[in-house]
Amino acid sequence: MELIANLHLGFTTAFTGANLLYCLAGVFLGTLIGVLPGLGPTATIAMLLPITFTLPPISALIMLAGIYYGSQYGGSTTSILVNVPGEAASVVTTLDGYQMARQGRAGVALATAAIASFFAGTVATLFLALFAPPLAELALKFGPADYFSLMVLGLIAAVVLAQGSLLHAVGMVVLGLLLGLVGTDVNSGLERFTFGIPELADGVGFVVVAMGMFGLGEIIRNLENETLRSEIVTKIAGLMPTKEDWKRMLWPTLRGTVLGSALGILPGSGSILGSFAAYSIEKKVSKNSAEFGKGAIEGVAAPESANNAGAQTSFIPLLTLGIPSNPVMALMIGAMIIQGIQPGPAVINEQPALFWGIIVSMWIGNFFLVILNLPLIGMWVRIIMVPYRFLFPAILVFCAIGVFSLKNVEFDIYFMALFGVLGYIFTKLDCEPAPMLLAFILGPLMEQYLRRAMLLSRGDPTVFFRRPISATLLTLALLALIVSCIPALYKKREEAFREEQ
Amino acid sequence: MTKIRNPKDFWTAVIYITIGSIFLFVSRDYPMGSSLKMGPAYFPTVLSSLLIIIGVISLARSFVQQGTPIGSFTFRGLLVVISATVLFGLIVRGAGLIVALPTLVVVSAYGSIRFRWGESLALAAGLTLFCVLVFLKGLGVPLPIVGSWFTR
Repeated sequence: MELIANLHLGFTTAFTGANLLYCLAGVFLGTLIGVLPGLGPTATIAMLLPITFTLPPISALIMLAGIYYGSQYGGSTTSILVNVPGEAASVVTTLDGYQMARQGRAGVALATAAIASFFAGTVATLFLALFAPPLAELALKFGPADYFSLMVLGLIAAVVLAQGSLLHAVGMVVLGLLLGLVGTDVNSGLERFTFGIPELADGVGFVVVAMGMFGLGEIIRNLENETLRSEIVTKIAGLMPTKEDWKRMLWPTLRGTVLGSALGILPGSGSILGSFAAYSIEKKVSKNSAEFGKGAIEGVAAPESANNAGAQTSFIPLLTLGIPSNPVMALMIGAMIIQGIQPGPAVINEQPALFWGIIVSMWIGNFFLVILNLPLIGMWVRIIMVPYRFLFPAILVFCAIGVFSLKNVEFDIYFMALFGVLGYIFTKLDCEPAPMLLAFILGPLMEQYLRRAMLLSRGDPTVFFRRPISATLLTLALLALIVSCIPALYKKREEAFREEQ
Repeated sequence: MTKIRNPKDFWTAVIYITIGSIFLFVSRDYPMGSSLKMGPAYFPTVLSSLLIIIGVISLARSFVQQGTPIGSFTFRGLLVVISATVLFGLIVRGAGLIVALPTLVVVSAYGSIRFRWGESLALAAGLTLFCVLVFLKGLGVPLPIVGSWFTR
């Protein structure tokens, strides 16, 4: 069997001492930032990107991937113990997880989250191993027009999932695309929108934008109201779920895993959508739906399995198409390019050790995470109690060092500050920065594919509707947009987000 | 005078229209090309026009649809975090990390309403030591510990 041989290659790659260590470091860091509210995977990976330059490509990507899915685990810990989601994807876990903790079942809630996540992570990794190769095969048939339409779909998905006004989210995407065009035009060699600033010839650094908007912007927003956190549950006794608990979490975990895996593949979604969808479905189908919101174990198992499954499968578009599905994946693309790997369907065949090594490392990482999260829970509890006034200067220090070491120019620091201001203003105006960041990285790619598609079709724009793949993708994008415009659903979308707050 | 009913719509519109206009204006200097062979101005012109249109719709909507107020705006936090960052940029090369990092920590810590001198200085010392050991010694990031101002 080819799969077995591939997985074997993956195991031999991931099971070297150094790679195991980087995997452990990644998931440890991921858990840490997941536990710390106000520091997300986007800002962290942006900060660490310059450091990974010196590592071999496989180790670097294994570690960065570990940070991402590790943060999904850590995020659930704060949701359960403090009622503050560490990550956007664990927002729904607060609803029942914190209630369980208040009823003295914090240990069981944490164990449920970890077990559900581990199960989902394992299954989703298998999905990734099974479906990525045929998808990469399919991707080889993609022409420039198809790539362009795929990116349109990804951006529309990001818009539909964004909070606040739909119109403004579209605006943020367009703004991101425009900012992405700053710098030297590949076709003509012309420097565009640089305003004569030599540092802008290579464009605005992606890491600079990410750290500014997600690092600095978030700090400023958090300084707005430094209210005391809600009561922290520190007493954790009895990790082991009872027989009844096991029975109740079985189906929600299975459904959450499938749903999360499927939704995670969608460009623009990642792990957030899955956790929301899984929770609302469980609430409808569960026998114990009356208990939801009052500490139902299903309400922890379903979203936690879904968000972890989604975190794994969101690597599929990255590894098979070379297209990021969220800002974290965009950073991973940046990391790959820096390491001299062109992300895309060719990676699987040209770098099989890298591809399968990453996949296997994800499974190993999930195993590490269970160990890190259950026996060591006491340590994370102590970290949660670190006050924010110690935390944010540290984040700022890492951002400043990270961005300066990138190219060794002060200019990047000032630009990071500028994007910090912009990020803060946009969050105040209910314009979410995530779609903008995604568009920012896709901007130059989209222009390239648009140019190529038009050149191949001799200037005929109908090519986007005549190619079956492209037409399907555009139809999906249109449907997503229409569905989110329908008032009844629009209201639902608002409601779903209101629950979040 | 008509009243702004939705300040969030209004200010977003202002930002979109301003940035869109700047990009549209600058694009005029670049060759447009044709849809067959797109010049460097083609895509940006389309995008910035779209951004302006979105801005105008949002502007119109801000006078029609009722919205929620923007809410508290922390000038203290904004000012402190941004000036700490810029200050770091200004002195990092000249003074080196040994001065720039503690400055960054103490100035930014001042952004918290629970700022205390003792705590912040201790935090600054700890973080500086950590960064020098981990980033510079451990990971070999090429940054100046002591800057050019002191080495002469």
